[in-house]
Amino acid sequence: MYTQAMDLAPQDERLALQATGDAEREARFEAHVAAGGWVEPKDWMPDHYRRTLVRQISQHAHSEIVGMLPEGNWVTRAPTLERKTILLAKIQDEAGHGLYLYAAAETLGTSRDEMLAALHSGQAKYSSIFNYPTLTWADIGTIGWLVDGAAIMNQVPLTRCSYAPYARAMVRVCREESFHQRQGFSSLLTMMKDGTGEQRAMVQDAVDRWWWPCLMMFGPPDGQSVHGAQSARWGIKRVSNDELRQKFVDACVQQAEVLGVTLPDPDLKWNDARGHWDFGAIDWSEFWRVVGGHGPCNRERLAARVKAWDDGAWVREAALAHAQKQAARAAKTLEAA
Amino acid sequence: MSAAGNEWPLWEVFVRPKAGLEHKHCGSLHASDAAMALQLAREVYTRRQEGASVWVVPSAMVTASDPAEADMYFDPMQDKVYRHPSFYPLPAAVDHM
Amino acid sequence: MTTLTSIRLRDTPALRHVLRYGDTALIHAQRLTEWCGHGPVLEEDIAFSNMGLDLLGQARSLLAHAAVIDGQDFDADALAFLRDEAQFFNFTLAEQPSRRSSAHSPGADFADMVLRNFILASWFKQGYAALQASADAGLAAIAAKSLKEVRYHQQHNAGWVVRLGDGTPESTRRMHAALDRAWPYVAELFSHDAVDDWAQASRHGPARAGLGVGWDRDVDDVFAEAGLVRPPGTPFISTGSQGVHSEHLGFILAEMQMLPRRHPGARW
Repeated sequence: MYTQAMDLAPQDERLALQATGDAEREARFEAHVAAGGWVEPKDWMPDHYRRTLVRQISQHAHSEIVGMLPEGNWVTRAPTLERKTILLAKIQDEAGHGLYLYAAAETLGTSRDEMLAALHSGQAKYSSIFNYPTLTWADIGTIGWLVDGAAIMNQVPLTRCSYAPYARAMVRVCREESFHQRQGFSSLLTMMKDGTGEQRAMVQDAVDRWWWPCLMMFGPPDGQSVHGAQSARWGIKRVSNDELRQKFVDACVQQAEVLGVTLPDPDLKWNDARGHWDFGAIDWSEFWRVVGGHGPCNRERLAARVKAWDDGAWVREAALAHAQKQAARAAKTLEAA
Repeated sequence: MSAAGNEWPLWEVFVRPKAGLEHKHCGSLHASDAAMALQLAREVYTRRQEGASVWVVPSAMVTASDPAEADMYFDPMQDKVYRHPSFYPLPAAVDHM
Repeated sequence: MTTLTSIRLRDTPALRHVLRYGDTALIHAQRLTEWCGHGPVLEEDIAFSNMGLDLLGQARSLLAHAAVIDGQDFDADALAFLRDEAQFFNFTLAEQPSRRSSAHSPGADFADMVLRNFILASWFKQGYAALQASADAGLAAIAAKSLKEVRYHQQHNAGWVVRLGDGTPESTRRMHAALDRAWPYVAELFSHDAVDDWAQASRHGPARAGLGVGWDRDVDDVFAEAGLVRPPGTPFISTGSQGVHSEHLGFILAEMQMLPRRHPGARW
């Protein structure tokens, strides 16, 4: 989902690379990965593999960072001190996840500055779900339940990604992520089971608004994924969009029942033959609109990140200047000694 | 990290989770100096009580073996199994050694 | 869980004394969280939220303790979300603008924030250290745990005061501007009133004035390293610790308290 638009990289890029004559090394690389082998930072890798991973890992990192914003929106308004604490800890984890992922991407030869420049220019993508607004406190619990739930589903297979630094970062992320989904679900459960009529209405309204965008998180249907096959061969993407989406729906239907909320899909029906829940048609025009920059919050989210970066330039420069001054003083002292 | 490309240097972080264990590499971060690197390492990598001690090393100072020479460096170890305890079957009564 | 939308605590020196610590921690934490996702560098966002989490933890313990002293069966949440401005006893410094500007006031920058973090952490370090000897055992225990946290906050933010004070010409200029904005609110941290008299006489805690020596030493050390000079004192003394606040607290509470007040008695 962090690479919803990744799979649509131009075909010509691929063809240009094949002309380099690294065909033999690439064949050995493919065999190594197919056999379940790890790829570490200093190992030889096809350029396309490297570039695909930089894009996927950095977009995953950008998603974590941008994801802090819709939730950060409600920290000052959390209704109890405990909920405020939990939410702050969750947002902090997201910053940490972004950090682990930027670090993993940097091992491939890119820099934090380069990746952020790509994000701020609008060139790099982040998960489309964060372009939706958090309008009520129930949105926070809903994000925990559905958005983090979807993320976990996507992330567990990534712990077996062939690129080891990414896999290791994902192990750390998954360990920390389960509390995110649980706290969201528990918040909704309290409102539905012990809450007022207004709270229950707040929860249902949030679910109505977030359900379909969450299904879109898993990306376009498999048929539309151009490079899905190659990513699968390279152990970057081990489970298809549609498979993950179905798994998600199956899990959520049961969870929705526990909560006592209605999922806003009149076509949801158990299909005995398939052993899965059938669900209604997704409005893919909405997905493409949002991925293309025209969702409710795209401009705000990007503007917030750009502003934070620009406003912070003097701070980062000062820190570096001070470090350089300290180094110069230390050198002088050594000289004088 | 500025327009001029003056980035904060990268540091590798090693954490000893508990007294008696070794420091383990757990990731990296950007910091402008060693004091900041240490503090940030504590903030980022020991939030869940995973730390008794932290080392930070500028990434540029790490010397790594060349994976292209991995066979030369590491394969000779494969046939020296007498270094491994499992090479010596012992009666069950004393096998806990 | 009360169904009231507003509560009134008993007004005693014991209560005011605890709430000076608890409310300062709470309001400062609230201001800190405005930086979540908006800091100059990702790693520092994590540091700021760690500090916020520590302060929230201190606030929860202190407010729960205050509720016990008050004896009306309220809990920490009731105190945080259902008291009006005049019953908050935080230092006025803590409620000053943070990252966000508002209709009537410009926002603060990173220099303002790290300076405020440093000033308050340094004050808490002196305060909690003395509180460890409190005749109120519960308060002493909270202080012992909190002391470890604020010592780290002080060290971390002192690092920033030095880097910014002794960084680039721009950072030095901004640090001086931050000093000018913050300094008028420092006198309150060490002034004296009937609550200080009570705290000292009952051995529940230190009088604020006594905390000045240790605080001065810490601050002077860091300012010297940072190349910063204290602004001159003025006759102004802020009065948040007496329940008379600046215009900012009203806006802070309106935002912080809106949900419990809109949904009285609701569980979350």
